[in-house]
Amino acid sequence: MCDTCGCSGDGGAVLRKPGVKDYHVHVGDEGGHHHHHEHDHHHEHDHGHDHHHHHDHGEARKVQVEQDVLLQNNLLAERNRGWFEARRVLALNFLSSPGSGKTSILEKTIPMIRQHCPVTVIEGDQQTTNDADRIDALGVPVIQVNTGTGCHLDAQMVQRAVRELDPPERSLLCIENVGNLVCPALFDLGEAAKVVVISTTEGEDKPIKYPTMFHHADVVLLNKIDLLPHLDFDAAKCRDYAMQVNHHLEWIEVSAKTGEGFDQWIAWLKAKLAAL
Amino acid sequence: MHEMSIAMSVIEAVVGKARQEGGGKVTGIELVVGRLAGVQVESLRFCFDAATRDTLAEGAELTIEEREGRGRCESCGAEFLVTSFYAKCPSCGQFRVRIESGEELAVRSFTME
Repeated sequence: MCDTCGCSGDGGAVLRKPGVKDYHVHVGDEGGHHHHHEHDHHHEHDHGHDHHHHHDHGEARKVQVEQDVLLQNNLLAERNRGWFEARRVLALNFLSSPGSGKTSILEKTIPMIRQHCPVTVIEGDQQTTNDADRIDALGVPVIQVNTGTGCHLDAQMVQRAVRELDPPERSLLCIENVGNLVCPALFDLGEAAKVVVISTTEGEDKPIKYPTMFHHADVVLLNKIDLLPHLDFDAAKCRDYAMQVNHHLEWIEVSAKTGEGFDQWIAWLKAKLAAL
Repeated sequence: MHEMSIAMSVIEAVVGKARQEGGGKVTGIELVVGRLAGVQVESLRFCFDAATRDTLAEGAELTIEEREGRGRCESCGAEFLVTSFYAKCPSCGQFRVRIESGEELAVRSFTME
Protein backbone atom coordinates (compact mmCIF):
# COMPACT_ATOMS: atom_id res chain seq x y z
CA MET A 1 0.00 0.00 0.00
CA CYS A 2 1.17 3.49 -0.80
CA ASP A 3 1.16 5.23 2.53
CA THR A 4 1.85 8.66 1.07
CA CYS A 5 -0.84 8.62 -1.58
CA GLY A 6 -3.26 11.49 -1.11
CA CYS A 7 -1.02 13.15 1.40
CA SER A 8 -0.65 16.79 0.51
CA GLY A 9 1.12 17.60 3.74
CA ASP A 10 4.62 18.10 2.41
CA GLY A 11 4.39 20.73 -0.25
CA GLY A 12 1.17 19.52 -1.84
CA ALA A 13 -0.07 20.30 -5.30
CA VAL A 14 1.76 22.68 -7.60
CA LEU A 15 0.39 24.68 -10.53
CA ARG A 16 2.45 24.94 -13.69
CA LYS A 17 2.07 26.58 -17.10
CA PRO A 18 3.35 25.14 -20.37
CA GLY A 19 6.30 27.09 -21.75
CA VAL A 20 6.70 29.25 -18.63
CA LYS A 21 9.64 27.62 -16.98
CA ASP A 22 9.77 29.44 -13.67
CA TYR A 23 6.00 29.62 -13.14
CA HIS A 24 5.31 27.61 -10.01
CA VAL A 25 2.45 28.14 -7.56
CA HIS A 26 1.91 26.07 -4.45
CA VAL A 27 -1.74 25.31 -3.74
CA GLY A 28 -2.43 26.29 -0.16
CA ASP A 29 0.02 29.18 -0.05
CA GLU A 30 -1.83 32.30 0.95
CA GLY A 31 -1.48 35.49 -1.03
CA GLY A 32 -0.85 33.75 -4.32
CA HIS A 33 2.77 34.79 -4.69
CA HIS A 34 4.75 33.00 -7.34
CA HIS A 35 7.95 31.17 -6.57
CA HIS A 36 10.82 31.33 -8.96
CA HIS A 37 12.76 28.14 -8.53
CA GLU A 38 16.40 28.34 -9.43
CA HIS A 39 17.42 25.47 -7.22
CA ASP A 40 15.77 23.26 -4.69
CA HIS A 41 14.88 25.07 -1.59
CA HIS A 42 12.70 24.16 1.27
CA HIS A 43 9.41 25.94 1.83
CA GLU A 44 8.20 26.32 5.34
CA HIS A 45 4.50 25.60 5.46
CA ASP A 46 2.34 25.86 8.48
CA HIS A 47 0.84 22.44 8.92
CA GLY A 48 -0.94 23.35 12.07
CA HIS A 49 1.11 20.99 14.17
CA ASP A 50 0.10 21.14 17.73
CA HIS A 51 2.07 21.30 20.88
CA HIS A 52 0.72 19.41 23.76
CA HIS A 53 -0.13 21.86 26.48
CA HIS A 54 -0.97 20.39 29.80
CA HIS A 55 -4.20 21.88 30.92
CA ASP A 56 -5.93 20.60 33.94
CA HIS A 57 -9.25 19.68 32.40
CA GLY A 58 -10.05 16.95 34.85
CA GLU A 59 -12.06 14.13 33.32
CA ALA A 60 -12.30 13.23 29.68
CA ARG A 61 -15.36 14.61 27.94
CA LYS A 62 -17.10 13.88 24.71
CA VAL A 63 -17.64 16.56 22.07
CA GLN A 64 -20.40 15.95 19.52
CA VAL A 65 -19.37 16.98 16.02
CA GLU A 66 -21.77 15.35 13.50
CA GLN A 67 -19.86 16.80 10.58
CA ASP A 68 -19.25 15.45 7.10
CA VAL A 69 -15.59 14.46 6.81
CA LEU A 70 -15.35 16.18 3.44
CA LEU A 71 -17.13 19.32 4.65
CA GLN A 72 -14.17 21.61 3.93
CA ASN A 73 -13.83 20.28 0.40
CA ASN A 74 -17.58 20.43 -0.16
CA LEU A 75 -17.81 24.03 1.08
CA LEU A 76 -14.98 25.08 -1.21
CA ALA A 77 -16.59 23.18 -4.09
CA GLU A 78 -19.83 25.08 -3.52
CA ARG A 79 -17.91 28.37 -3.60
CA ASN A 80 -16.38 27.32 -6.91
CA ARG A 81 -19.83 26.34 -8.17
CA GLY A 82 -21.30 29.69 -7.17
CA TRP A 83 -18.47 31.51 -8.91
CA PHE A 84 -18.95 29.44 -12.08
CA GLU A 85 -22.69 30.07 -12.06
CA ALA A 86 -22.32 33.81 -11.53
CA ARG A 87 -19.82 34.04 -14.37
CA ARG A 88 -21.79 31.57 -16.51
CA VAL A 89 -18.88 29.22 -16.87
CA LEU A 90 -19.75 25.61 -17.73
CA ALA A 91 -17.27 23.59 -15.64
CA LEU A 92 -16.96 19.91 -16.54
CA ASN A 93 -14.97 17.35 -14.57
CA PHE A 94 -13.48 14.70 -16.91
CA LEU A 95 -12.71 11.40 -15.21
CA SER A 96 -11.36 8.06 -16.39
CA SER A 97 -8.68 5.44 -15.94
CA PRO A 98 -5.27 6.44 -17.30
CA GLY A 99 -5.21 6.04 -21.07
CA SER A 100 -8.94 6.14 -21.87
CA GLY A 101 -8.43 9.24 -24.00
CA LYS A 102 -9.50 12.23 -21.90
CA THR A 103 -6.85 14.51 -23.39
CA SER A 104 -7.48 13.21 -26.93
CA ILE A 105 -11.18 13.95 -26.49
CA LEU A 106 -10.34 17.50 -25.38
CA GLU A 107 -7.99 17.91 -28.35
CA LYS A 108 -10.83 16.94 -30.68
CA THR A 109 -13.54 18.86 -28.82
CA ILE A 110 -11.81 22.22 -28.37
CA PRO A 111 -11.39 23.13 -32.07
CA MET A 112 -15.06 22.18 -32.65
CA ILE A 113 -16.46 24.28 -29.79
CA ARG A 114 -14.16 27.29 -29.58
CA GLN A 115 -16.00 29.16 -32.37
CA HIS A 116 -19.03 28.83 -30.16
CA CYS A 117 -17.48 29.98 -26.86
CA PRO A 118 -14.07 30.51 -25.22
CA VAL A 119 -12.49 27.41 -23.67
CA THR A 120 -10.04 27.08 -20.77
CA VAL A 121 -8.55 23.90 -19.35
CA ILE A 122 -7.21 22.63 -16.03
CA GLU A 123 -5.07 19.51 -16.38
CA GLY A 124 -4.55 17.23 -13.37
CA ASP A 125 -1.64 14.78 -13.26
CA GLN A 126 0.74 13.63 -10.57
CA GLN A 127 3.73 14.82 -12.61
CA THR A 128 4.71 16.48 -15.92
CA THR A 129 3.05 19.17 -18.03
CA ASN A 130 2.68 16.76 -20.98
CA ASP A 131 -1.12 17.03 -21.13
CA ALA A 132 -1.07 20.80 -20.63
CA ASP A 133 1.50 21.03 -23.44
CA ARG A 134 -0.94 19.24 -25.77
CA ILE A 135 -3.74 21.66 -24.86
CA ASP A 136 -1.38 24.63 -25.08
CA ALA A 137 -0.59 23.61 -28.67
CA LEU A 138 -4.25 24.31 -29.49
CA GLY A 139 -3.79 27.87 -28.26
CA VAL A 140 -6.25 27.83 -25.37
CA PRO A 141 -5.35 28.92 -21.81
CA VAL A 142 -4.35 25.95 -19.66
CA ILE A 143 -3.03 25.37 -16.15
CA GLN A 144 -1.41 22.12 -15.12
CA VAL A 145 -1.99 20.96 -11.55
CA ASN A 146 0.67 18.50 -10.44
CA THR A 147 -0.74 16.69 -7.45
CA GLY A 148 2.62 15.11 -6.56
CA THR A 149 1.65 12.00 -4.65
CA GLY A 150 -2.05 12.91 -4.64
CA CYS A 151 -4.44 10.64 -6.52
CA HIS A 152 -7.19 13.19 -7.23
CA LEU A 153 -7.92 16.89 -7.71
CA ASP A 154 -9.73 18.64 -4.88
CA ALA A 155 -11.79 21.81 -4.67
CA GLN A 156 -8.90 23.87 -3.31
CA MET A 157 -6.61 22.97 -6.21
CA VAL A 158 -9.35 23.94 -8.66
CA GLN A 159 -10.07 27.18 -6.81
CA ARG A 160 -6.40 28.10 -6.99
CA ALA A 161 -6.09 27.10 -10.66
CA VAL A 162 -9.23 29.07 -11.54
CA ARG A 163 -7.75 32.17 -9.90
CA GLU A 164 -4.74 31.85 -12.19
CA LEU A 165 -6.75 30.91 -15.27
CA ASP A 166 -9.53 33.50 -14.86
CA PRO A 167 -12.01 31.88 -17.31
CA PRO A 168 -14.00 34.49 -19.25
CA GLU A 169 -17.75 34.95 -18.99
CA ARG A 170 -19.90 32.41 -20.88
CA SER A 171 -17.08 29.98 -21.43
CA LEU A 172 -16.36 26.28 -21.12
CA LEU A 173 -13.91 25.12 -18.44
CA CYS A 174 -12.69 21.56 -18.91
CA ILE A 175 -11.11 20.06 -15.80
CA GLU A 176 -9.23 16.88 -16.62
CA ASN A 177 -8.85 14.95 -13.39
CA VAL A 178 -6.00 12.62 -12.48
CA GLY A 179 -6.43 9.33 -14.37
CA ASN A 180 -8.06 7.17 -11.71
CA LEU A 181 -11.55 5.63 -11.52
CA VAL A 182 -11.60 5.39 -7.73
CA CYS A 183 -10.47 8.37 -5.67
CA PRO A 184 -11.67 11.37 -7.73
CA ALA A 185 -15.27 10.11 -7.39
CA LEU A 186 -15.46 11.43 -3.83
CA PHE A 187 -14.14 14.93 -4.34
CA ASP A 188 -16.59 17.54 -5.61
CA LEU A 189 -14.75 20.30 -7.46
CA GLY A 190 -17.76 22.54 -8.03
CA GLU A 191 -18.34 21.24 -11.56
CA ALA A 192 -21.70 21.35 -13.33
CA ALA A 193 -21.32 17.75 -14.48
CA LYS A 194 -19.01 14.78 -14.26
CA VAL A 195 -18.04 13.30 -17.61
CA VAL A 196 -16.65 9.77 -17.28
CA VAL A 197 -14.66 8.40 -20.21
CA ILE A 198 -14.21 4.69 -20.79
CA SER A 199 -12.68 3.14 -23.86
CA THR A 200 -13.31 0.01 -25.85
CA THR A 201 -9.87 -1.38 -24.98
CA GLU A 202 -10.95 -1.69 -21.35
CA GLY A 203 -13.27 -4.34 -19.94
CA GLU A 204 -16.98 -3.80 -20.58
CA ASP A 205 -17.55 -4.51 -16.88
CA LYS A 206 -15.74 -1.32 -15.77
CA PRO A 207 -19.03 0.27 -14.62
CA ILE A 208 -19.75 -2.56 -12.16
CA LYS A 209 -16.11 -2.85 -11.06
CA TYR A 210 -15.96 0.86 -10.23
CA PRO A 211 -19.60 1.61 -9.43
CA THR A 212 -18.92 4.63 -7.19
CA MET A 213 -17.52 6.61 -10.11
CA PHE A 214 -20.39 5.67 -12.42
CA HIS A 215 -22.92 6.37 -9.69
CA HIS A 216 -21.66 9.96 -9.42
CA ALA A 217 -21.31 10.51 -13.19
CA ASP A 218 -23.69 12.52 -15.37
CA VAL A 219 -22.43 11.51 -18.81
CA VAL A 220 -20.35 8.59 -20.06
CA LEU A 221 -18.29 8.93 -23.21
CA LEU A 222 -17.37 5.54 -24.64
CA ASN A 223 -14.19 6.34 -26.57
CA LYS A 224 -12.18 4.50 -29.25
CA ILE A 225 -15.26 3.08 -31.01
CA ASP A 226 -13.19 3.05 -34.23
CA LEU A 227 -11.47 -0.01 -32.73
CA LEU A 228 -14.70 -1.99 -32.18
CA PRO A 229 -14.31 -4.15 -35.33
CA HIS A 230 -10.98 -5.44 -33.96
CA LEU A 231 -12.11 -6.12 -30.41
CA ASP A 232 -14.49 -8.40 -28.52
CA PHE A 233 -15.80 -5.42 -26.57
CA ASP A 234 -19.60 -5.49 -26.29
CA ALA A 235 -20.66 -1.83 -26.23
CA ALA A 236 -24.31 -2.62 -25.53
CA LYS A 237 -23.37 -4.75 -22.54
CA CYS A 238 -21.10 -2.02 -21.19
CA ARG A 239 -23.94 0.48 -21.56
CA ASP A 240 -26.33 -1.88 -19.74
CA TYR A 241 -23.89 -2.24 -16.84
CA ALA A 242 -23.47 1.52 -16.63
CA MET A 243 -27.24 2.07 -16.66
CA GLN A 244 -27.69 -0.58 -13.97
CA VAL A 245 -25.32 1.35 -11.71
CA ASN A 246 -26.87 4.72 -12.57
CA HIS A 247 -30.02 4.77 -14.67
CA HIS A 248 -29.90 8.58 -15.00
CA LEU A 249 -26.67 8.44 -17.04
CA GLU A 250 -26.37 9.89 -20.51
CA TRP A 251 -24.38 7.67 -22.85
CA ILE A 252 -22.48 8.91 -25.91
CA GLU A 253 -20.21 6.77 -28.10
CA VAL A 254 -17.29 8.55 -29.76
CA SER A 255 -13.93 8.15 -31.40
CA ALA A 256 -11.48 10.92 -30.64
CA LYS A 257 -9.41 9.58 -33.54
CA THR A 258 -11.99 9.64 -36.34
CA GLY A 259 -14.45 12.15 -34.86
CA GLU A 260 -17.32 9.65 -35.03
CA GLY A 261 -20.03 10.47 -32.50
CA PHE A 262 -18.73 13.98 -31.89
CA ASP A 263 -21.82 15.57 -33.43
CA GLN A 264 -23.83 14.14 -30.55
CA TRP A 265 -21.22 15.11 -27.94
CA ILE A 266 -20.89 18.68 -29.29
CA ALA A 267 -24.70 18.97 -29.36
CA TRP A 268 -24.76 17.93 -25.68
CA LEU A 269 -22.15 20.60 -24.87
CA LYS A 270 -23.98 23.29 -26.82
CA ALA A 271 -27.24 22.49 -25.04
CA LYS A 272 -25.49 22.83 -21.66
CA LEU A 273 -23.83 26.08 -22.73
CA ALA A 274 -27.12 27.48 -23.98
CA ALA A 275 -28.69 26.77 -20.59
CA LEU A 276 -26.05 28.77 -18.65
CA MET B 1 -6.15 5.30 -2.29
CA HIS B 2 -7.72 8.52 -1.11
CA GLU B 3 -8.01 7.30 2.50
CA MET B 4 -4.95 9.29 3.54
CA SER B 5 -6.59 12.56 2.54
CA ILE B 6 -9.82 11.39 4.19
CA ALA B 7 -7.89 10.66 7.42
CA MET B 8 -6.26 14.07 7.23
CA SER B 9 -9.65 15.75 6.75
CA VAL B 10 -10.91 13.94 9.84
CA ILE B 11 -7.97 15.14 11.91
CA GLU B 12 -8.32 18.68 10.56
CA ALA B 13 -12.00 18.78 11.54
CA VAL B 14 -11.42 17.27 14.98
CA VAL B 15 -8.34 19.31 15.87
CA GLY B 16 -10.05 22.53 14.75
CA LYS B 17 -13.00 21.79 17.00
CA ALA B 18 -10.75 20.65 19.87
CA ARG B 19 -8.90 23.99 19.75
CA GLN B 20 -12.23 25.82 20.05
CA GLU B 21 -13.03 23.63 23.01
CA GLY B 22 -9.87 24.57 24.86
CA GLY B 23 -7.15 22.61 23.10
CA GLY B 24 -6.94 19.51 25.29
CA LYS B 25 -5.55 16.21 24.08
CA VAL B 26 -7.92 14.17 21.92
CA THR B 27 -8.07 10.56 23.12
CA GLY B 28 -10.81 9.11 20.93
CA ILE B 29 -12.57 9.80 17.61
CA GLU B 30 -15.86 8.30 16.45
CA LEU B 31 -16.65 8.11 12.74
CA VAL B 32 -19.66 6.94 10.78
CA VAL B 33 -18.77 5.34 7.46
CA GLY B 34 -21.48 4.03 5.15
CA ARG B 35 -20.78 0.96 3.07
CA LEU B 36 -21.40 3.01 -0.06
CA ALA B 37 -19.20 5.93 0.99
CA GLY B 38 -16.36 4.81 -1.27
CA VAL B 39 -13.95 4.46 1.64
CA GLN B 40 -12.08 1.32 2.68
CA VAL B 41 -12.35 1.12 6.44
CA GLU B 42 -9.16 -0.96 6.68
CA SER B 43 -7.16 1.59 4.67
CA LEU B 44 -8.62 4.42 6.70
CA ARG B 45 -7.49 2.75 9.94
CA PHE B 46 -4.07 2.24 8.42
CA CYS B 47 -3.74 5.92 7.52
CA PHE B 48 -5.21 7.23 10.74
CA ASP B 49 -2.11 6.89 12.93
CA ALA B 50 0.06 8.64 10.37
CA ALA B 51 -2.48 11.46 10.04
CA THR B 52 -2.63 12.06 13.80
CA ARG B 53 1.15 12.35 14.22
CA ASP B 54 2.25 15.67 15.79
CA THR B 55 -1.35 16.78 16.32
CA LEU B 56 -3.62 17.10 19.36
CA ALA B 57 -5.07 13.74 18.34
CA GLU B 58 -1.83 11.77 18.38
CA GLY B 59 -2.49 8.35 19.86
CA ALA B 60 -6.28 8.78 19.78
CA GLU B 61 -8.37 5.64 19.52
CA LEU B 62 -10.45 5.37 16.34
CA THR B 63 -13.97 3.96 16.51
CA ILE B 64 -15.80 3.41 13.23
CA GLU B 65 -19.49 2.64 12.99
CA GLU B 66 -20.18 1.09 9.62
CA ARG B 67 -23.65 1.81 8.22
CA GLU B 68 -25.45 -0.50 5.88
CA GLY B 69 -26.58 0.74 2.50
CA ARG B 70 -30.33 1.03 1.90
CA GLY B 71 -31.99 1.57 -1.43
CA ARG B 72 -35.49 2.02 -2.78
CA CYS B 73 -36.55 0.69 -6.13
CA GLU B 74 -37.79 3.47 -8.41
CA SER B 75 -39.89 0.94 -10.33
CA CYS B 76 -41.82 -0.87 -7.60
CA GLY B 77 -40.98 1.10 -4.44
CA ALA B 78 -39.50 -1.83 -2.51
CA GLU B 79 -36.88 -0.98 0.12
CA PHE B 80 -33.87 -3.25 0.49
CA LEU B 81 -30.27 -3.52 1.66
CA VAL B 82 -27.62 -2.74 -0.93
CA THR B 83 -23.91 -3.47 -0.79
CA SER B 84 -22.98 -1.57 -3.96
CA PHE B 85 -24.47 0.89 -6.44
CA TYR B 86 -24.92 -2.10 -8.75
CA ALA B 87 -28.01 -3.31 -6.97
CA LYS B 88 -30.88 -5.41 -8.21
CA CYS B 89 -34.33 -5.01 -6.66
CA PRO B 90 -35.20 -8.31 -4.93
CA SER B 91 -38.91 -7.73 -5.60
CA CYS B 92 -39.07 -6.83 -9.29
CA GLY B 93 -35.56 -7.56 -10.55
CA GLN B 94 -34.97 -4.04 -11.92
CA PHE B 95 -31.74 -2.12 -11.42
CA ARG B 96 -33.45 1.22 -10.85
CA VAL B 97 -32.34 1.76 -7.28
CA ARG B 98 -32.28 5.09 -5.51
CA ILE B 99 -29.80 5.12 -2.63
CA GLU B 100 -31.48 6.20 0.60
CA SER B 101 -28.58 5.73 3.01
CA GLY B 102 -25.12 4.24 3.28
CA GLU B 103 -23.15 7.12 1.74
CA GLU B 104 -22.41 8.71 5.14
CA LEU B 105 -18.84 9.75 5.88
CA ALA B 106 -18.94 11.82 9.04
CA VAL B 107 -17.18 12.63 12.29
CA ARG B 108 -19.73 11.90 14.98
CA SER B 109 -17.81 12.91 18.08
CA PHE B 110 -14.47 12.94 19.83
CA THR B 111 -13.29 12.58 23.39
CA MET B 112 -10.84 15.05 24.90
CA GLU B 113 -9.10 15.52 28.19
